[in-house]
Amino acid sequence: MVEKQEFMINMGPQHPSTHGVFRIVLELDGETVIGAKPEIGYLHRGVEKISENRTYEQVLPLTDRLDYVNAMGNNLAYVMAVEKLAGIQVSERAQAIRTILAELNRIASHLISIGTQGLEVGAYTVFLYCFREREIILDLFERATGGRLTYTYFRFGGLFQDLPEGWVEEARDFCKEFLPHVDEYEDLLIQNPIYKLRTKGIGILNKNIALNYGASGPVLRSTGVSWDLRKDSPYLMYDQVEFDVVYTKNGDVWDRAWIRLEEMRQSTRIIKQLLDNLPEGEVQAEELCRYVVPEERSSYFAVESPRGELGFFLVSDGSLKPYRMKIRSPAFVNLSLVETLVKGEKVADVPLIIGSLDPVFGEVDR
Amino acid sequence: MNERAICVRIEDLKLTLEHLHSEGYNYFSFVTAVDYPDHFLLVYGLVNTGKHEITFIETPLSKDKPVAPSSTGIWKGADWHEREVYDLFGITFEGHPDMRRMFLPEEFEGHPLRKDFQSDEVEKKPEDFY
Repeated sequence: MVEKQEFMINMGPQHPSTHGVFRIVLELDGETVIGAKPEIGYLHRGVEKISENRTYEQVLPLTDRLDYVNAMGNNLAYVMAVEKLAGIQVSERAQAIRTILAELNRIASHLISIGTQGLEVGAYTVFLYCFREREIILDLFERATGGRLTYTYFRFGGLFQDLPEGWVEEARDFCKEFLPHVDEYEDLLIQNPIYKLRTKGIGILNKNIALNYGASGPVLRSTGVSWDLRKDSPYLMYDQVEFDVVYTKNGDVWDRAWIRLEEMRQSTRIIKQLLDNLPEGEVQAEELCRYVVPEERSSYFAVESPRGELGFFLVSDGSLKPYRMKIRSPAFVNLSLVETLVKGEKVADVPLIIGSLDPVFGEVDR
Repeated sequence: MNERAICVRIEDLKLTLEHLHSEGYNYFSFVTAVDYPDHFLLVYGLVNTGKHEITFIETPLSKDKPVAPSSTGIWKGADWHEREVYDLFGITFEGHPDMRRMFLPEEFEGHPLRKDFQSDEVEKKPEDFY
């Protein structure tokens, strides 16, 4: 007699393809997933609580450690949220440099995402290629900020210091060399027939569910919604440069990878335009107090990080320290979709689907 | 994006959220809480992607009875956010399908983001392990 029975398997928290410490308990019927229970919190460090006991300046280095592959973007979101709370003005040059660095970091982050997506289907070459270009970006960051992973370069009212001599030319060279490399990734991985067969039509998300869950970034845009805060709620210099919001209709794993690839091209386009018209002037606001003491009020500010809407909700009680800081993390929200996405899929596709959401657990768990 | 903030009483919260949803607020950004000395404040961030508008709903909540209606029936995305608020503030959401802690282990005592939470009581020293 053959008996039929569902069974559970545990994946994680230590698992090579979960992109961090993430645990998911899968309920299987043969090879098909019929239920999933995600567990997070293994990297919870209580950043929101720690920040209540630190001054606004001291919180800044903590934000680097949230989404550690996009530290520049986190700094940007936090710094701009405090600037909005305290009403600090930023010079044009500082804004342009911030935009350039945020876009470079977006490229670096997407490179990791695409590279690891290759690893998950067994294509090891593209991973090394992606990290080769990421290294050049990190070198550029190191020259400007002194750090390779955590920068703390954006400060209230401007930047820590101006760009070093020759940096602009180096960045321009990078843009020129980078675009052919993007074509290379496209040929190697994204348009590769095997990869396409493997990723098309799995992890399908539809528009209404994505919006209902509050998904953002490439995950939302893959469902046909053209929602990008850089266009829909412009900040920095994004309203002065030309770029397209990339979106597709199918909402599957392949679409999300393709959007990230295309966004790298768009980011390069933005960087090129800004490098050609970099305004002159100071990068730090004059007569800035040593400490920021905002009035008693609250404010919310969100930027488009590589993963989506990254927002900081700050409440001030008129003292040196934030009374409350809430981080609206895009990876946390996108990951809440995982249960819906893996249901009905094959167990071998689960790592691919998790990878396509591009979670970074420093930001999910905070 | 246009911003506006509305303050509503807890009794009217559910109705307000339902009304906003029917008005085209299709995107649930976040829900969080703030611990003030005499009350909690629930803050919702809701976005109308068609009109490019973000609305913040602020609802004071008494400390004796920190219970709020769940909005998971309206926006599914509220699920994890509400579990996070429950975990860190101890505010319960009525009607939530799975009201468990989000980050911390189930056996953890207390709610860390409350201002009266004493971190040194749960902090483990090296000698505790031997």
